[in-house]
Amino acid sequence: MSRIQEIFKHKNSNVLNVYCTAGFPKLDSTLEVMRALQDNGADLIELGMPYSDPLADGPVIQASGSIALKNGMTIANLFKQLKDFRKEINVPVILMGYMNPVLQYGFERFCADAAAVGVDGLILPDLPQYEFETEYGDIIKKYGLDFIFLVTPETSEERVRQIDELSSGFLYAVSSSSTTGNEKDFGLVEKYLQRLQNLKLKNPVLVGFGIKDKQTFASAAKHANGAIIGSAYIKALNENSNVKVATKEFLHAVLG
Amino acid sequence: MAIQSYQKPDDKGYYGKFGGAYIPEMLHRNVEELVSKYMDIIYSASFQKEYNNLLKDYVGRPSPLFLAERLSKQFNTTIYLKREDLNHTGAHKINNAIGQVLLAQRLGKKRIIAETGAGQHGVATATVCALMGLECIVYMGAVDIERQAPNVARMKMLGAKVIAATSGSQTLKDATNEAIRDWINNPTDTHYVIGSVVGPHPYPDMVARFQSIISEEIRWQLKEKTGSELPTHVIACVGGGSNAAGAFYHFLDEPSVKLVAVEAAGLGVDSGMSAATTKLGSIGVLHGSKSIVMQTEDGQVVEPHSISAGLDYPGIGPLHAHLFDSGRGIFLSATDEESVQAAFNLTKQEGIIPALESSHALAGLHQLNLTDKDVVVLCLSGRGDKDMSTYMKYVDAE
Repeated sequence: MSRIQEIFKHKNSNVLNVYCTAGFPKLDSTLEVMRALQDNGADLIELGMPYSDPLADGPVIQASGSIALKNGMTIANLFKQLKDFRKEINVPVILMGYMNPVLQYGFERFCADAAAVGVDGLILPDLPQYEFETEYGDIIKKYGLDFIFLVTPETSEERVRQIDELSSGFLYAVSSSSTTGNEKDFGLVEKYLQRLQNLKLKNPVLVGFGIKDKQTFASAAKHANGAIIGSAYIKALNENSNVKVATKEFLHAVLG
Repeated sequence: MAIQSYQKPDDKGYYGKFGGAYIPEMLHRNVEELVSKYMDIIYSASFQKEYNNLLKDYVGRPSPLFLAERLSKQFNTTIYLKREDLNHTGAHKINNAIGQVLLAQRLGKKRIIAETGAGQHGVATATVCALMGLECIVYMGAVDIERQAPNVARMKMLGAKVIAATSGSQTLKDATNEAIRDWINNPTDTHYVIGSVVGPHPYPDMVARFQSIISEEIRWQLKEKTGSELPTHVIACVGGGSNAAGAFYHFLDEPSVKLVAVEAAGLGVDSGMSAATTKLGSIGVLHGSKSIVMQTEDGQVVEPHSISAGLDYPGIGPLHAHLFDSGRGIFLSATDEESVQAAFNLTKQEGIIPALESSHALAGLHQLNLTDKDVVVLCLSGRGDKDMSTYMKYVDAE
């Protein structure tokens, strides 16, 4: 059983996954941020690998990625930073990024290095289902990594079921068809999540996009196994350069 | 004997190893809708009738095929210019904008978005939206808005909303990112009119089909003038590659016709200020398809440079990547300086002021060993009105 599956075995509601950008706010903040997230109650960490053209992210996360790139963050640097992280961090860690830097690094080499340092899963939003099935899925499985697909309110039931079959770890439900950080009416989101809940899927479901505080976390977690927070946490890091304090205050406000 | 066709991608959108649809799930439904419907819609009788009528009476097609006698004499060969510069709005971009907006109407979309670099595709899309009474939003890099003011003014007068892309390098690639994000955020009522043969399947194929009118006309026009439908060379500039795709399309499977693509070398291929993607790029994924991409060794997409905003793009359409990779296409590059010289030369020889983009194709003539037996068709993709301030800087410098 993977570290991600282990989490859901012990906790099937209010699971909190927090996104952070590798190399942000400073090149060497990656581990400090991850430690702070673990210490303050994050159940999983989604670690973003910065990219010049992050189509599925909103402006806040893109800006943090631009800073990380300026700081000198690369995939090779990231694996160096993560070399010994399992000595101090035991929550599951998922790498999130885009195909181009991963292809350039070498897809198999990337999976091998990720698994070797102790990463648990991958989110690559622009890796399509067809290419996953024909080319990349086997490589990901070979290294024992979970692969998390996204579903949206526009995804048909039939397709949700296909994607559920292909995914492992959990399903990432986009709470509205929007890039991260957008605010939308949460009533519609709840209906959509109820719909997903009724499908009785194989994987747990975490809700992402637009979750920023105690109230939105609670609404999202009501009809799913938990939620993912991204832009709101990056904003908190933008507003307070003390990573420990910013993380503590932010997560206490969400979970408190 | 089975003959491989270069025209059509496979059913997943691959030309050889390039293409596909590398898109996040949020775009899946819209892209899938296009994949399942575009062929039926664009080859329906009602679509063809409306499209062809607009190309004729609104755009002014067929665009002339002009024998450039004095230019031919300079190169000791026969050169015909395909006059896309004479189209309404001044470039080939309108062929695709009309096609896609008609398609969007038939898909029930009420809102049109587009990206633009130099502004030609933005102007073409804003024009068609004005004609059809549709809402139009154009994303344009903040840097490009500064340097292409006349086209920004045209779009505004045409009723389009021009939104500055302020992320990243604030040019065409970032405008494309912003347009894709808009489409993600507006999944039901919006159609994204991509201006080049780039993007996820089916865009490269769809845009190539809408631009293929260029080579369809060249064939019969050349037959009228020379008795043969086939030239020895077709030359076009390539940024993303839409005018080249259109000019090559009906010659792709005619092996005797040499297809010559001219990329923008900027200040020189090795200067660090270039947009010659096939010379400097490697396989990558950009804006939804696998192609050749200019990038760092870490896979970050780099900002190219060209004097021509329309060629200032760090990728190339997957069709062209395949033509390059397979050897079917001949890929040349021309510098800023060579292209400006070629523009002044054409103006002096033929009384035609070309767009900076098309001037790259003209500059490519010097790199081919043409003879009096050759018949060359050069796609003059756009007119130079928008580039007058750049040209005048050269005049003032002399």
